[in-house]
Amino acid sequence: MAAAEKQPVTITCAGPLNGVASGLLTWVDQRFPLMSSWRDHLAEYYAPKNFNFWYYFGSLAMFVLVLQIVTGIFLTMNYKPDATQAFASVEYIMRDVWGGWIIRYLHSTGASAFFICVYLHMFRGLMYGSYRKPRELVWIFGMLIYLCLMAEAFFGYLLPWGQMSYWGAQVIINLFASVPVIGPDLSEWIRGDFVVSDATLNRFFAFHVIAIPLVLLGLVAAHILALHEVGSNNPDGVEIKANKGADGHPVDGIPFHPYYTVKDTLGVVVFLMVFSIIMFFLPEGGGYFLEYNNFIPADPLKTPPHIAPVWYFTPFYSILRAVPPMFNSQFPGVIAMGVSTLIFFLLPWLDRSPVKSIRYKGPLFRAALTIFVVVFLILGYLGTEPTNVWGQFGAWLGNADRATVVARIGTIVYFLFFVLMPWYSTIDKCKPVPERVTW
Amino acid sequence: MVSPSVFRILRAAALAALLLPVAAQANEGMRLQPAPINSHDVASLQNGAKLFVNYCLNCHSAGYMRYNRLRDIGLTEQQIRDNLIFTGVKVGELMHVAMDKKDAKEWFGAPPPDLTVITRSRSSGAGSGADWVYSYLRGFYRDSGRPTGWNNLVFENVGMPHVLWQLSGQNTLEKKVFERHEEAEAAFIAAKTLARLDKVNESGSDGKMTTRYVLNSIVPGKGTMSGVDYDKAVVDLVNYLDYMGEPARLLRRQIGIYALLVLGLLFIFAFALKKAYWKDVH
Repeated sequence: MAAAEKQPVTITCAGPLNGVASGLLTWVDQRFPLMSSWRDHLAEYYAPKNFNFWYYFGSLAMFVLVLQIVTGIFLTMNYKPDATQAFASVEYIMRDVWGGWIIRYLHSTGASAFFICVYLHMFRGLMYGSYRKPRELVWIFGMLIYLCLMAEAFFGYLLPWGQMSYWGAQVIINLFASVPVIGPDLSEWIRGDFVVSDATLNRFFAFHVIAIPLVLLGLVAAHILALHEVGSNNPDGVEIKANKGADGHPVDGIPFHPYYTVKDTLGVVVFLMVFSIIMFFLPEGGGYFLEYNNFIPADPLKTPPHIAPVWYFTPFYSILRAVPPMFNSQFPGVIAMGVSTLIFFLLPWLDRSPVKSIRYKGPLFRAALTIFVVVFLILGYLGTEPTNVWGQFGAWLGNADRATVVARIGTIVYFLFFVLMPWYSTIDKCKPVPERVTW
Repeated sequence: MVSPSVFRILRAAALAALLLPVAAQANEGMRLQPAPINSHDVASLQNGAKLFVNYCLNCHSAGYMRYNRLRDIGLTEQQIRDNLIFTGVKVGELMHVAMDKKDAKEWFGAPPPDLTVITRSRSSGAGSGADWVYSYLRGFYRDSGRPTGWNNLVFENVGMPHVLWQLSGQNTLEKKVFERHEEAEAAFIAAKTLARLDKVNESGSDGKMTTRYVLNSIVPGKGTMSGVDYDKAVVDLVNYLDYMGEPARLLRRQIGIYALLVLGLLFIFAFALKKAYWKDVH
């Protein structure tokens, strides 16, 4: 009955078809929450007016998601998920499909761009306390998106069927083999074969093109719905809803559309400029975006001397390698790697600071976050290199690889950032938070 | 059933091997020489294509590359058919070879790799893939210890013989041993030909470890081409291989410039739009 009570939609701008358009919109709106969705999520979704540079990366991540889906659809039209044809079909796309190389480079560069945007988006959350109450669910949905994205990237990386695709997948799947008791069966179940093979490629293709993207899209919707329910945080960590004007709207809020739609459009254009420079002039990203070894077709009989995951996994890969085997098992390392990604889920409850934003947090939190970022980058770098990259310490340290020792210290610091957070965020000397956002 | 005496012999052999002077060799430095290629030089690309189909495309395939793609480098289909196809295949077909993979493995120890994207796969921190191939093709030397009679400074104990030997002549290897690292490094930097510096740790029969530095450098032989001409031929071949690795590269850069120009224009509008809307946010 509610639909019948809705007001007719009228379009106010001048034009000969206004009457027809208004009629059509009214017809749709009486059967679908068109105008209310438009208002709730765009025209009358009030976002704080003081968003800074870091607030571009949410909309950019969404833009890259669309880019990946669209380019992915076109790649699927020519790609062959078959161990004997996959590598050749990628080269076919690069050479014989009209515009194929653009589509492929958009997709391969897009994968790295997606992670860059998401990492910066997450860092924004860490800086401004966007995970704090009442945005715990926004954060949790975001983390689930991140996990999905990792799965999506992992499954997708096997598809070109190069040496790194093959051996990277082999290494990651073998991690599951270290699970006590059920491990070997588990990894075989994942592969669908005793080694990574055609069966593995087929199921990874299915996961990459349909299963994970479906979940991903659902989670993105949930992430945004949850955000729009509680409202956006801002660089000051001030709740703008606490200060409403006579019209019932937050005084420091501005409608998302048109203000942030035009601002984010500008962000997309700048992003595309940087993206184009990489895609058109450095598509391999110096071997980080497209690994050189992946131009060799997968060979199950030839293990490459150095297997490194793509850069966006390397901090966690470093943690995996840093943990020494215990009881003849790599499992502790696998656990450490798993926990290092999942521990982000707990942030809303680990941070006990009275303030949200780093602007008003004390020196302890600032130092902790800085150290964490540095350690994350060091671990990320070390994960791309063999463990002997920095040579060995002398006999006084048992000739240990320098890089391994650094990765071990880094791993400990990484976890301490989270584990000690309830303590240092409580005793930290915070600054007073202003009543309204600074502008 | 293996008799216990076999184990005893094996164990004795293993012990003997342990007691013999051991030389551990580490690769200190391999200087890849930068390939002076120019992807706009059509004459070089065409000569490279000619060398490729004559010398490489008998054992190595280029299984993702079509013959008629060579129109990119200024050839007509008729020219391609008349000069570059020896097997009677159609001009739109891929550059396959007749050699059987199994036979190849038996003959060379490993089947010759497909060369379509070889320069892309050989890239590394040491240099581009083109640099690698350029150095590799000039790094062959006579080695009677190898089944083919050839070895390579860049790719040690490679299964491939020196196919271009008539052009380059029979290069040999010169080894110079240095006690001190600085001297070795100085000689390495001063080397006029392709060179590699190895660090060799030797434990003598007394168990004492000594470190030596061995500078391996190529001594050019005399072939049908002069040294400079041979290098130039290799440059052309590498230029072609580099083109074949990504035929769309030149177009890619061209489109990239247009894309940036369009985005630059779009930026002006997007910026003005944002400014116009935001002027009433106080």
